Amino acid sequence: MAAQEHAAGHAPTAGEYIVHHLTHARNKEMTGVLDFTVVSWDSMFFSILLGVFGCFMLWLAARKATSGVPGRFQAAVEILVEMVDAQAKGIVHNATSRKLVAPLALTVFIWIFLLNAMDLLPVDLLPLIWEKIYGAMGGDPRHAYLRVVPTADLSVTMGLALGVLITCIFYNIKVKGLGGWGHELITAPFGSHPVLYPVNLLMQIIEFVAKTVSHGMRLFGNMYAGELIFLLIALMGGAWTLSATGVLLGIGHVVAGTVWALFHLIIITLQAFVFMMLTLVYIGQAHDKH
Amino acid sequence: MEVISFTAIAVGLIIGLGAIGACIGIGIMGSKYLEAAARQPELMGELQTKMFLLAGLIDAAFIIGTGIALWFATVNPFLAQIANLPK
Repeated sequence: MAAQEHAAGHAPTAGEYIVHHLTHARNKEMTGVLDFTVVSWDSMFFSILLGVFGCFMLWLAARKATSGVPGRFQAAVEILVEMVDAQAKGIVHNATSRKLVAPLALTVFIWIFLLNAMDLLPVDLLPLIWEKIYGAMGGDPRHAYLRVVPTADLSVTMGLALGVLITCIFYNIKVKGLGGWGHELITAPFGSHPVLYPVNLLMQIIEFVAKTVSHGMRLFGNMYAGELIFLLIALMGGAWTLSATGVLLGIGHVVAGTVWALFHLIIITLQAFVFMMLTLVYIGQAHDKH
Repeated sequence: MEVISFTAIAVGLIIGLGAIGACIGIGIMGSKYLEAAARQPELMGELQTKMFLLAGLIDAAFIIGTGIALWFATVNPFLAQIANLPK
């Protein structure tokens, strides 16, 4: 497996293996921390594919929905929708907003859960398949990069968080009016004395930035760390097969992989749930007056 | 060489200190939840939902730190800076 992919004839070192698996399939290299001309094809492909798949599943359930005794699939989707609806009702008190916000929360939850669940596939499965395809298309197999977990890409999670920020700003302006929101920006939280206007504005800007950045980075950090630990566990198994000594490494690989995969199942559901709840909370905050 | 050794120490500190904070936080929150569930068992379900939400939030800074630390440990950006220094 390792010998085929390296024409130079050496197996990858641990560092090279990890770096290879952490490199995106990009159109060009990043120059600096913030580069908007770079597109990560793998993140785009998987996020769009899973988004369409999630919407298709929900559409299937809605199409054949009966008001009589529901089948299992419809019951499962109903449980999910009711859960999100209950949370939305508890947090966003404006029924007109909920017509948009509750489906938004449901979409966010299901989409992020599906994106996170890509982390449960074996680490080498899709990248190896991609390497074969890339090699067959005439490219250099050593440069066939693929990262299958879109939410382990900071661009994807910050994009989702920015979407929530834009929705918050939209609702702030819709509920309070542009002038009302502007007045709140410069008078809350400290008071309406003109001397405090810059301080209030600064605090409000910091609050919005901190909420958005933490929203995105929480999801990214969880998924990135999870993926990295899966890679390290895979290296443990790789070290066993490549050295054929130390069978404890092989056993350790299976045990650690099982334990971490089970824990990660909880993490991916929890992180999707936390992202959805925070979406609801931030949009609900946009409706409140300070 | 020093860059690598300092990076290794930094990775250990980031993960360790973050873990201390996160574990103590979850411990305090969990104990409060158990207390509340013992006083009012009918609220256990609701509070459990909120508890999981809080667990996700408490773990956030710690796991962001772990992600960054593991990034330092595998693809050290400081070594890249050295390579880019003007000769």
